[in-house]
Amino acid sequence: MNGLLSMLRGNVRQYGMIIALAAIVILFQITTDGVLLKPINVSNLVVQNAQILILAIGMVIVIVARHIDLSVGSVAAFVGAVCAILMTKHDVPWFLAVVLCLMLGAAIGAWHGFWVAHVGIPAFIVTLSSMLLFRGLTLVVLEGATVGGLPEDFKKIGNGFLPEVGPDTGLHNLTMIIAVLVIAALVFLEFRKRAAAKKYNFEVLPFGLFILKLAVLGVVIFYFSYLLAQARGLPIVGLILFALIAIYTFIMNKTVFGRHVYAVGGNVEAATMSGVNTKRTDFLVMTNMGLLAGLAGLVTTARLTAANPKAGVNFELDAIAASFIGGAAVTGGVGTVIGAIIGGLVMGVLNNGMSLNGVSIDWQQAIKGLVLLFAVAFDVWNKKRTAGGGGAGAEAYESTAPPPDELADEIAAMEHDLPGTEALPQDRTTT
Amino acid sequence: MAQPILEMRDITKKFPGVTALSDVNLVVHRSEIHAICGENGAGKSTLMKVLSGVHPHGSYEGEIVFEGNPVEFSNIRQSEAAGIVIIHQELALIPELSIAENIFLGNETASGGVINWDEANHRAIELLARVGLRENPLTPVKHLGIGKQQLVEIAKALSKEVKLLILDEPTAALNDDDSQHLLDLLKGLQGKGITSIMISHKLNEIARVADEITIIRDGKTIETLDVTAGDVDEDRIIRGMVGRDLEHRFPDHTPDIGEVMFEIKDWTVMHPLDHHREVIRKANLKVRAGEIVGIAGLMGAGRTELARSIFGRSYGSRNEGTLILNGKELTLSTVTAAIDAGIAYVSEDRKGLGLNLLDDIKTSISSAALGKLVKGLTVDERKEVLVAEGYRKSLNIKAPSVTVGVSKLSGGNQQKVVLSKWMYTDPQLLILDEPTRGIDVGAKFEIYGIIQELARTGRGVLVISSELPELLGLCDRIYTLAEGVITREFDRSEATQESLMRYMTVDAR
Repeated sequence: MNGLLSMLRGNVRQYGMIIALAAIVILFQITTDGVLLKPINVSNLVVQNAQILILAIGMVIVIVARHIDLSVGSVAAFVGAVCAILMTKHDVPWFLAVVLCLMLGAAIGAWHGFWVAHVGIPAFIVTLSSMLLFRGLTLVVLEGATVGGLPEDFKKIGNGFLPEVGPDTGLHNLTMIIAVLVIAALVFLEFRKRAAAKKYNFEVLPFGLFILKLAVLGVVIFYFSYLLAQARGLPIVGLILFALIAIYTFIMNKTVFGRHVYAVGGNVEAATMSGVNTKRTDFLVMTNMGLLAGLAGLVTTARLTAANPKAGVNFELDAIAASFIGGAAVTGGVGTVIGAIIGGLVMGVLNNGMSLNGVSIDWQQAIKGLVLLFAVAFDVWNKKRTAGGGGAGAEAYESTAPPPDELADEIAAMEHDLPGTEALPQDRTTT
Repeated sequence: MAQPILEMRDITKKFPGVTALSDVNLVVHRSEIHAICGENGAGKSTLMKVLSGVHPHGSYEGEIVFEGNPVEFSNIRQSEAAGIVIIHQELALIPELSIAENIFLGNETASGGVINWDEANHRAIELLARVGLRENPLTPVKHLGIGKQQLVEIAKALSKEVKLLILDEPTAALNDDDSQHLLDLLKGLQGKGITSIMISHKLNEIARVADEITIIRDGKTIETLDVTAGDVDEDRIIRGMVGRDLEHRFPDHTPDIGEVMFEIKDWTVMHPLDHHREVIRKANLKVRAGEIVGIAGLMGAGRTELARSIFGRSYGSRNEGTLILNGKELTLSTVTAAIDAGIAYVSEDRKGLGLNLLDDIKTSISSAALGKLVKGLTVDERKEVLVAEGYRKSLNIKAPSVTVGVSKLSGGNQQKVVLSKWMYTDPQLLILDEPTRGIDVGAKFEIYGIIQELARTGRGVLVISSELPELLGLCDRIYTLAEGVITREFDRSEATQESLMRYMTVDAR
């Protein structure tokens, strides 16, 4: 019983923001008489928030690496403006313009990276400068006017949907097929992860809870896709977003680069003394943020069907807020891509729900500000509470748990390859 | 002899897992200079923190009598109000503020919250005259040398109507002239009725200015020597500081020493900010395969700086000298290059430089050799777990699983994780900086065993330690380091605590 309780406590912390998101969705579903989860509204939610969520992915990585990027709104506007000019004034084919503009975004990010990593200027200053610089350059490029008349194909990046295929089922077939594939892949990956964890004797969810978690996840994805499929299907920007979530989750969790980002953010001195090239890591993190800011700019321009000098204002604040609501730490080293997405959705649903309820834009802003504060305060309070009793180093383990039986042979085989242990007697006992 | 101004009786101070002070007694007489001597970690600073209220009343046992009255300080303000002022080794001045602003910081001459600068500057001039510092009180402290900053600290203490002045290593960072001036000043203050307690490693200075010397060892008062009665010289003090049996036990070890595998010649390291200050001067040092070599030096002698300058120049601005590893002369200008060349450095600052406390055991162990775990695009997490489990087993890291966060481990187990991390890089030379600091006795014994077995596999090990018995018990050869200069090389057979201490405290420049 105690085990279950402590388990739930641990999981409340882990899933705190998911629960908060669910609560907000349910609240607005009730107060809007079910309008919130109407298919067309869900479709709008995705399309309208995509650019913030794209930025949040880059931003959380920047924040994990203990930096910040204040320029993403201005950079997005600038890249969108350049793209619009290239396509309308210089007749560059839209796909070429997109590729060039993504490179432009990355180049701007590299500019930040140079100053942050190699000159050593705080990212706050560098990107504050760029926030002004690129807002100004946007006005210069657009000559102060809104530039429209963009190619139809380009506009689909922001407004388009996946094509309809197959028989008329009343639903968007391709969307449902993708949903089923995604759920199948998730279930497969989760089972594989669990099997590995069990093999290593790591703590895992009890099987019942594990199945419940998968079931809830599956139902949510399925229902979400079902709503989208009832409307116009999966937006193209939604597809881009899901691909980015998958790619960046992979990068942050599975690759050496991801490890280095967490290492640099967690303790830059220790990372340096472990041979991590911290400058290169910082440089790449900032460059990547520029790339994603460029992409967000293209998506915004496409959705608005025009490049606007005022596009992207306050994007950086929404992306930063999303990262922190999603559990990133100001001091660096902590944060996940999926957390930032959930944080972004909390903000997006709040916006949407309050608009549907007729809350004015000024009040929306005020409420969002408080939500940010309380979300982080909750996290701080929760960490203090669960840390509890004694502080660092208090929990000295008395004994070594034996390695899992199934692994014993493999570890024994491995030990010949472990430098330094050659001469150590096997099965040392506690002194 | 005058009446006691201060008596500390049976002071016992415990930290979780460690007894820092046990039944310490200290009697300081009025208008004397009283020196406190002891090795690093003997408990001198803790005792002064108890006295000044940094460790508040109630957090220790025993009683303090100051000027005949029992006192119970719960913070520094209270002890300062009583006239006890402590000047720490790390000066507490704010570089951007002026001399006068620093002197009156926290103690401003103000009415209604508005500072009367005329009066403050006027008083500052008087105070500066008393400490013999001729500077404009409006000068920012950052423009003063370290010796003058020390005088500003003393002026600040005088502004608080100090009766008992405590100086923690006051001359550690000073050159000879400045030290001389400071000691003369203390003598002068003594003539004006101010009592001083001075913590110092410089035994020649102590023997010269102190009236009485209390020696602390392992958190206990050993003895109080009356210098004025005569017959107290440096040897007498050293004997008191180190005179104990080797209470640490060491695993049996038969060294198997091969050829010279690592060598530095004429190794000079400049301070990272002050490019003309030699932190290490022309050091020559050799390590043979299978040999454990010790570096003995007091705090501030440049031990860590030497180690870090070898480890990919992670300390210092301009380095001079040659570094030879396995017969090849190498220029290791980054940590990555040093690791690749086969050098590992276990830092004395385990939590600051050794570990990312947000990590768990397995990611910590793999963090310095992540390249060995790359499979395609990803980190091979399966192999990572196996590696971590392997080290957990062979080094006896006490944790229920390798997914436990390193912040939850005890010091000894954290150190084993750090050792695992560096062992996995497969180093030829391991530099271990205070490998057993903050570790309980049982875990120390295990770590000594690990160090010996690393040597047995033909690796070279360089051990830096403040604990002389540790060096004597562990090392095959020991270099002494004083003021950045290697002052002598001892063979295991000829080294004693006394002889080491002599060459650690020698005036090397």
